[in-house]
Amino acid sequence: MKPVRVIRGPMVPLDRADVDTDQIIPQQFLKRIERDGYGEFLFYNWAHRDDGSPIEDFITNRPERSHAKVLVAGRNFGCGSSREHAPWALQDWGFDAVIAPSTADIFRNNSANIGLLVVELPEADVGRLMELARDPDASITIDLESQTVVADGVESSFDFDPSVKHRLLEGLDWIGMTLTREESITRHEMERPTWLPVSTGSPTP
Amino acid sequence: MTPARTLFEKVWDTHVVEAGDPTLLYADMHLVHEVTSPQAFASLEQAGRKVRRPDLTFATVDHGIPTTGRHLGILDPLSKRQVEALRDNCARHGIVMYGIDDPRQGIVHVVGPEQGLTQPGMLIVCGDSHTSTHGAFGALAFGIGTSEVEHVLATQTIWQSPPQSMAVEVSGELPWGVAAKDLILGIITQIGVAGGTRHVIEYRGKTILGLTMEQRMTICNMSIEGGARAGMIAPDETTISFIEGRPYAPKGADWDAAVSVWESLVTDDDAVFDKVVTIDASSLIPHVTWGVNPAQTVRVDAFVPSPDSFDNPQQRDATIRALEYMGLEAGTAISDITIDHVFLGSCTNGRIEDLRAAARVVEGRKVDSRVSAVVVPGSMQVKAQAEAEGLDAVFLAAGFEWRDAGCSSCLAMNPDVIPSGERVASTSNRNYEGRQGRGARTHLVSPAMAAAAAVAGHFVDVRDWEDK
Repeated sequence: MKPVRVIRGPMVPLDRADVDTDQIIPQQFLKRIERDGYGEFLFYNWAHRDDGSPIEDFITNRPERSHAKVLVAGRNFGCGSSREHAPWALQDWGFDAVIAPSTADIFRNNSANIGLLVVELPEADVGRLMELARDPDASITIDLESQTVVADGVESSFDFDPSVKHRLLEGLDWIGMTLTREESITRHEMERPTWLPVSTGSPTP
Repeated sequence: MTPARTLFEKVWDTHVVEAGDPTLLYADMHLVHEVTSPQAFASLEQAGRKVRRPDLTFATVDHGIPTTGRHLGILDPLSKRQVEALRDNCARHGIVMYGIDDPRQGIVHVVGPEQGLTQPGMLIVCGDSHTSTHGAFGALAFGIGTSEVEHVLATQTIWQSPPQSMAVEVSGELPWGVAAKDLILGIITQIGVAGGTRHVIEYRGKTILGLTMEQRMTICNMSIEGGARAGMIAPDETTISFIEGRPYAPKGADWDAAVSVWESLVTDDDAVFDKVVTIDASSLIPHVTWGVNPAQTVRVDAFVPSPDSFDNPQQRDATIRALEYMGLEAGTAISDITIDHVFLGSCTNGRIEDLRAAARVVEGRKVDSRVSAVVVPGSMQVKAQAEAEGLDAVFLAAGFEWRDAGCSSCLAMNPDVIPSGERVASTSNRNYEGRQGRGARTHLVSPAMAAAAAVAGHFVDVRDWEDK
């Protein structure tokens, strides 16, 4: 994974609460077995008509928004399904970060695991950013190291999971890290009760 | 003296490989399906890694498979490729998979408990948010993303920030005609779709202990719709007798050892929860969702709310958008809403008791001529059981279709897509925009309510229908 340190760029406002991952990427695009190429399907049902033609007016379809780096959204962003395709689609579209007053647990974890920065700010700050983001050229800077956000007239700081921060700053191979715990994992395995189920073999009803 | 602990803390503690924030936890069972796993296997292999414990990994196909005409194979080339990828990945790594022709195939959250793979005190993960279902057995079970699926495949462990605990204390008897679905919709309406964020819920109280395993699974299943990381219910006699004799249940001396551990999995009297919510089940009546998230729910005798009834401007806007999507006018009586489809199934309500409850309502009646109604059993075992009880005949005589098992219309990844603009009474878990098909309008209800709506052609209070 590429290290994540400073993110700087224009914003896209999406002033809606409870945006679920079905909206971020609808189910018909989950049939692919690839990991990339989901950007064109981002917010598909909101961004396209029934016949599949793009709705020019939808914010992620506007040409002046194509360089945006940060999505500013309402509370509880990313609720619902565990599909990692949602952060994949956001990242593939071009977003490096999502800012919202609150986000759903699985979405937040999934985003951290692919290097999409999720920043939770107080509702008032998000409101000001939402206003600011009406200007497609208004830029924001998010500094993960100092956990600060700076935009025109907005300065804020955010809480962030220290271990996720370390992982993002260093761009660490997460699985490789865990595999260094081989000894502890094996010790745990030795202590597990023997009656716990194993899926192999073919038990009959 | 050891400090008093909640059920959640007891289960968490026995899985700690490395303490801290985050904690490294050991997964006792990793459930896998075709949609969220192919990228994980590909990336694992690319890194030259192996599946650490194929014997603690279990796969079934459910999301993208057809529920009809299976002898023709999977006609959608993308879904076919996805199912074949799972088959090949499982074969290469020595993982047991129930394929489309297996008589035990079904929705992963129905199959796990059915086969006895789900047991109290286990830590269970799956690349699916409704993994919370397994918490009904006193397991700690939660959904993960594809990167985490890869991590579990490689290490059998998962990093988790310690969540907070939340007690949902349910008192009062669930009235006659009111289902577990109505209880969980009532709870979600009370706490909101984000009320459980960063929390693991324990559903507690005499009312919960009086529920069957099927009812408990319906409740834990929808914990994620309240934003919770997981939902749990302490195991008891009901749990133990459900598990006994199932294919993967412990046998002989193992059984006795297991039961003695399971019996200790209760929240200690002095244990403290970070948050407590109480709900009186006796005041509930059947619920129907009117909007585009599961907290946008009212009683069947109520009316579609007006945007003006919300003080919060964001909620007002959300209501305006929801009503527009749903094609509903504020003030419409729920019972005046006519429907085009009924979907009976899903990991929420596709189990044998759900089918029995619906069949009781349907028996001797006919599906309204304007309604297309479908039963999709949660697993092929549920289907076989229902057929042994003659439920298929009841549904078929009433005009329902009787399908093979899978996720089906719940998320419409297979051909069971609800057409745009059409309205469905659904026993599933999410009424999100486009969930059951682009432009499809979903109302979540219990199985009995769905059955009654199929017959009437509009929502009705099922309590007026059944003999008391």
